[in-house]
Amino acid sequence: MKIMVAIKRVVDYAVKIRVKPDKSGVETQNVKMSMNPFCEIALEEALRIKESGLASEVVAVSMGPPQCVDTIRTGLAMGADRGIHVEYPDALYPLSVAKLLKALVEVEKPGLLILGKQAIDDDCNQTGQMLAGLLRWPQGTFASKVIMDKEKQAATVDREVDGGIETLSLDLPAVITTDLRLNQPRYATLPNIMKAKSKVVKKYTPQDLNVEIKADLEVVQVTEPPKRKVGVVLSSVDELIDKLKNEARVI
Amino acid sequence: MKMEKWRWSSAAHRLLRLCSNPLSDLRCSPKLQNSTPSGVLYRHEGTCEWIRPFIGQQKQHFGQRSHHLWSGNCLGETPGIQNRFFGATATKIERNSKFATLNSNDISYFKEILGEKNVIQDEDTLLSANTDWMHKYRGSSKLLLLPRTTEEVSSILKYCNSRCLAVVPQGGNTGLVGGSVPVFDEVIINVSSMNNVISFDKVSGILVCEAGCILENLISFLDNRGFIMPLDLGAKGSCQIGGNVSTNAGGLRLLRYGSLHGNVLGLEAVLANGEVLDMLGTLRKDNTGYDLKHLFIGSEGSLGIVTKVSILTPPKLSSVNVAFLACKDYFSCQKLLLEAKRKLGEILSAFEFLDEQSMALALSHLEGVRNPLPPSLHNFYVLIETTGSNESYDREKLEAFLLSAMEGGLISDGIVAQDIQQASSVWHIREGLPEALIKAGANYKYDLSLPVEKLYNLVEEMRTRLENLATVVAYGHLGDGNLHLNISAPQYDDAILAQIEPFVYEWTSKNRGSISAEHGLGLMKANKILYSKSPAAVNLMASIKKLLDPNGIVNPYKVLPQSMIH
Repeated sequence: MKIMVAIKRVVDYAVKIRVKPDKSGVETQNVKMSMNPFCEIALEEALRIKESGLASEVVAVSMGPPQCVDTIRTGLAMGADRGIHVEYPDALYPLSVAKLLKALVEVEKPGLLILGKQAIDDDCNQTGQMLAGLLRWPQGTFASKVIMDKEKQAATVDREVDGGIETLSLDLPAVITTDLRLNQPRYATLPNIMKAKSKVVKKYTPQDLNVEIKADLEVVQVTEPPKRKVGVVLSSVDELIDKLKNEARVI
Repeated sequence: MKMEKWRWSSAAHRLLRLCSNPLSDLRCSPKLQNSTPSGVLYRHEGTCEWIRPFIGQQKQHFGQRSHHLWSGNCLGETPGIQNRFFGATATKIERNSKFATLNSNDISYFKEILGEKNVIQDEDTLLSANTDWMHKYRGSSKLLLLPRTTEEVSSILKYCNSRCLAVVPQGGNTGLVGGSVPVFDEVIINVSSMNNVISFDKVSGILVCEAGCILENLISFLDNRGFIMPLDLGAKGSCQIGGNVSTNAGGLRLLRYGSLHGNVLGLEAVLANGEVLDMLGTLRKDNTGYDLKHLFIGSEGSLGIVTKVSILTPPKLSSVNVAFLACKDYFSCQKLLLEAKRKLGEILSAFEFLDEQSMALALSHLEGVRNPLPPSLHNFYVLIETTGSNESYDREKLEAFLLSAMEGGLISDGIVAQDIQQASSVWHIREGLPEALIKAGANYKYDLSLPVEKLYNLVEEMRTRLENLATVVAYGHLGDGNLHLNISAPQYDDAILAQIEPFVYEWTSKNRGSISAEHGLGLMKANKILYSKSPAAVNLMASIKKLLDPNGIVNPYKVLPQSMIH
């Protein structure tokens, strides 16, 4: 069975984000970019499944400008066998990504798709779900545990939901999106980093996959959250009530 | 750019081992508090000892509160005598009788020039100002002053000099050799209130600021403007730039940006007699006369109080890579260092090493740390960091270097951090070692500069000497030839100490090393300077001290041996 993992190149989680002066987006020039943490977890899970003998190959897919290849190389250095890069110069939103992934699924025919639950730059949390819908495959999102069953060709997924943990059984092929507690991604060791250099990364364009990218979302403005105001020391309970009523308008 | 936040160790949990002796609360006894102007450190004699729980503050080193009790009459301490901890034979310091004691006129004078709020006599505040960061030394000062301007510092010193009142300059109080706290009742002059940034030139990167600016705040200030401080150390959340400069702090970036002697362009200091020495130049090159600022950099506050600093800051570079490597033996580590300097060249920003014992310690005592190279422990680990301006170029360079190192048999395994989170986890292993040592029990800490080829020989000799008595743990800034030798034992024991000192100092001296690479001499090593400097040099230092501070009031009892000053 082949596992396909989608990985996204995002601003590194630890970087202090700054909004561009023209408010069109976040500053990404000269800023460290890395693999989305949830995608790392997805890839780690795929590798573990492969190491337990239940999968034959792990393919890492990334979409975007040429620099995405760096992220794919990281995935290969962790242990993925092959990479696929769908080159597209502009921003790609979840629906477009889902359509492109669907097209790739028709080419690669994987038995399992693992994605991160969301990207830390847009926090959409939509791609996995949309993809499952387009493919009409079962989905187990926010996975905190995944157990594969070879004979039954099913995956048992523990999901982190508001009320606690929900356990689902999904018939393969299926889409799983990973949550934080699923696993701790491995470091890329030197032997694997060297091996990664010779692993294949195939390039596609959206035209190659017969997918038309429509800009269905337009970012109007990006602003910083309002700065926290300095606290005020009040002198009496009456003043507090007055402020709560008239300024904060919460009572 | 450094990943500061995520490399700091989390709060330490200290073992509290109460001794059976009910005098464990001796420190707070009324008798002690009234015994001014004595210093009150007791020397451990018997088996009774205890370690107080320490509520760890984030982002700092951790030290053992070592209260040793006389096994016998604990209160029979002669006032005016202080015993120092590390001497195998306790060296007693006597309070210099020519120093005056505070009186109410002094207090009124200070209140007049500083205002009531900045003259502190409150016991609780004094307690923390009197105690060093490692809780090894405690003075008994009765007065803490918080000047806000250079003029105020000048008035204070002028007055103290005329009255012959001893003073101790203090900043963040994070020093590790007892240099920032009073020994007896010296007046504490704490510059924390002088924390303004005076100017910053965005083109040249020259920062001018007051001595009380906390290093971390300066780092954030510069971060917003695309620059970084040329030094970085674990104590950055509390240490102040005046103190950093006065102690010539080293840290993790020395390999790349050099020492403060190179980065400090100018400073303003107040001499013992109150004279303000304005050497606050902002020029990169200025060969006019003797460069006096170098006297103040590293003299640990014994020649005057630094009040302003002008420092050259490097631009912040975006591409940082961290590799954690395993080596079979120390010889490979050395060769790796040479190769790294040659092949990584200008992008190399840190080269640290730790041995197997350090790794074992980190894994067992630090939270949230996992072995990057499972499943077994390797003999030596090396942490290499590169900082540059082009991510892909740096990556290529690093990987090419690592490949050739692997093919050459220098490294047996390794990882390259793929994002900032992984990089900081790896750094945490190295930076958390002081914390891990504290958790493991008693910790004898040595900071030595040695020729790189011989560095580890000392560690091996110490292991032979100590056999089963204690564990010898070694790590350090291999790139700078700086070894942090730590001996870890379940409890403090004079038998262990006897095996360590003076052997370590003599060994270092024989190999022309330094008995204090970056921590300084302070109080702890005030009588040890001759291990690393010739008598002629020390005599000249004493002359300079006498010239700049004839009454010897500024930070007395520290840095130079008492016998050579008087």
